[in-house]
Amino acid sequence: MNVLHRRDTSLAVRPYYHRSELHEFSADGHEFIYVVAAGAIFALDDAASAVLEQLKNKPMEHAELIAALVQQGHSKKDAEDLIRELLLVQVIVTENFVPEKPEAPPSDFPLQALVLNITNQCNLACTYCYEFGSDKIATPQGKKKFMTLETAKQSVDFLLEKSAQRKAVHITFFGGETLMNFRLLRDVVLFSEERAAQSGKAITFSLTTNATLLSDEIIEFLSEHQVGVTVSIDGPSDLQNKNRVFKNGKGSYDVIAPRLRKLIEKHKSRAITARVTLTDGVTDVTRIYRHLKDDIGFHEIGFAPVTSSEKQSYSINDTDMGDVLQEFRNLAKEWLSFALRNQMHGFSNVSETIGELTKGINKSHPCGAGLGLLGVSPSGDLSPCHRFTDADSHTLGNINTGIDSEKRSDFLSRGHIGTKYDCHTCWARPLCAGGCHHEAFVRYGDTGHANLHYCDWIREWTDACLKIYGVLALKNPGFLEKFSERKALS
Amino acid sequence: MKHLKALNNKARRIEDVADQSDQDFVALQQTTPPPRPHVPMGCTLSFSPGWEVDAGGGTAGLCQPVERDIYDCYVTCFWPVQVPDHVNYSPDWASNCASATKDWRNLDIVFP
Repeated sequence: MNVLHRRDTSLAVRPYYHRSELHEFSADGHEFIYVVAAGAIFALDDAASAVLEQLKNKPMEHAELIAALVQQGHSKKDAEDLIRELLLVQVIVTENFVPEKPEAPPSDFPLQALVLNITNQCNLACTYCYEFGSDKIATPQGKKKFMTLETAKQSVDFLLEKSAQRKAVHITFFGGETLMNFRLLRDVVLFSEERAAQSGKAITFSLTTNATLLSDEIIEFLSEHQVGVTVSIDGPSDLQNKNRVFKNGKGSYDVIAPRLRKLIEKHKSRAITARVTLTDGVTDVTRIYRHLKDDIGFHEIGFAPVTSSEKQSYSINDTDMGDVLQEFRNLAKEWLSFALRNQMHGFSNVSETIGELTKGINKSHPCGAGLGLLGVSPSGDLSPCHRFTDADSHTLGNINTGIDSEKRSDFLSRGHIGTKYDCHTCWARPLCAGGCHHEAFVRYGDTGHANLHYCDWIREWTDACLKIYGVLALKNPGFLEKFSERKALS
Repeated sequence: MKHLKALNNKARRIEDVADQSDQDFVALQQTTPPPRPHVPMGCTLSFSPGWEVDAGGGTAGLCQPVERDIYDCYVTCFWPVQVPDHVNYSPDWASNCASATKDWRNLDIVFP
């Protein structure tokens, strides 16, 4: 009979120390580490840095490392304490160490947010749109174009029920152009507030819009009911009108600019956010930021490169992405100088990442899609998020029949970081976790594929944010407390 | 902690755990070895009929002949007594059985 002998490692008397998986960075004259298995950030003193330096090229045996530290002027006791501390925190590890992988969230993960696609119709024809453009995955043929009040009410009840013990839930209105179905939005907000009050939960709202249909009546309603507004806008007139056009090809800037000013002036109960899509020729981040922040008056501005399969006329090439990174860095520097003065800067790409770094999250999935968040199409079909609305390939059930748990678990097991082998050697995986499911599907045909086309970019950007975090944590740690609960409040 | 300064929530939680630990570095060196893959033993990896008897406790009524069982031992297990000894006595025992899943009918009982 075959017998497998298990090596008894407790008898191993001379363990070698290795560095665990770390990302080292320095900022403002200080040394820091990001402990990848945990998502923890530590500042190092000279002695700790010296140990990591010793172990940079080869593992070392205990006595050898002690000797090296003693030679650098530490007493033997100090050296042993230092090694103990680094072992405890798992900054250094012995040979047999295998870090734990993030566990999969439970299958009955309570719902936190629904994105209601209240219409799949739009009055603009933006060239890069993932819902209507050449990379679209939606199959809206023969389905409802506008959500009915009945479907919307069912969705609200579904959210409240499936949120289990959560005390607060969120509804995002999305489209198409959301405001083409404003009457429904208004009715849903009123209904939800009533239902939430009955069930003792707090409910908040937000919407995404192209701003073309904003009217005084709408602005007043949004302000009164504290509906957060995100405006899809690409910048000043010449950039906005490049891709964000009406169906006759006419640019939309002149239509939205006065409406935006009015919105920002009248709607004070929530932050008004701009969401910029960067495309070929629309990469001048600083100019866009200045215009949206200083001229129009948005509170926050977030940027994201367009999602596209590899060859689209509007895709950004690698050189331009490099320029974008440099501009991001410049704005990030400005963000830091604001933060050191206790002022909130509006560049939300930094704020988001700093928020995640503050908590030290270590993601099993890149986002909440299919977990705490689901999308609902006008016909009531459930999808992982708004980007999969009306895509038959990714339906996760229907609001009438509930979540298709088999499909949901397939989606989630594909998207789990544990299955993305390309990510397993990347230090940025606790935050990135392989990137957007939808982008992966458009690019690689599989929601569980790592978004390999922007790995370098993500690492560079995460490194830049870590440096900001490090400086801020040492110089103005109080400011970071604002970010601890940020997600819950927004 | 003396040499590391915890800067985010996760690091502070690690620090709390570390501060409560009284393990010395020797104890900390003894990390759990990595889990090894579960390797099924012997026959379970191969095309195996299972070692069966029929309802009456005998082998006569089985849908497959008992030789198949013997073949399985011959291929995968160190079990020299019950199987034809292909080294010394029956080197050609399985010569008609190129693929056990297809050709098991060609196996015959060995009469030494």
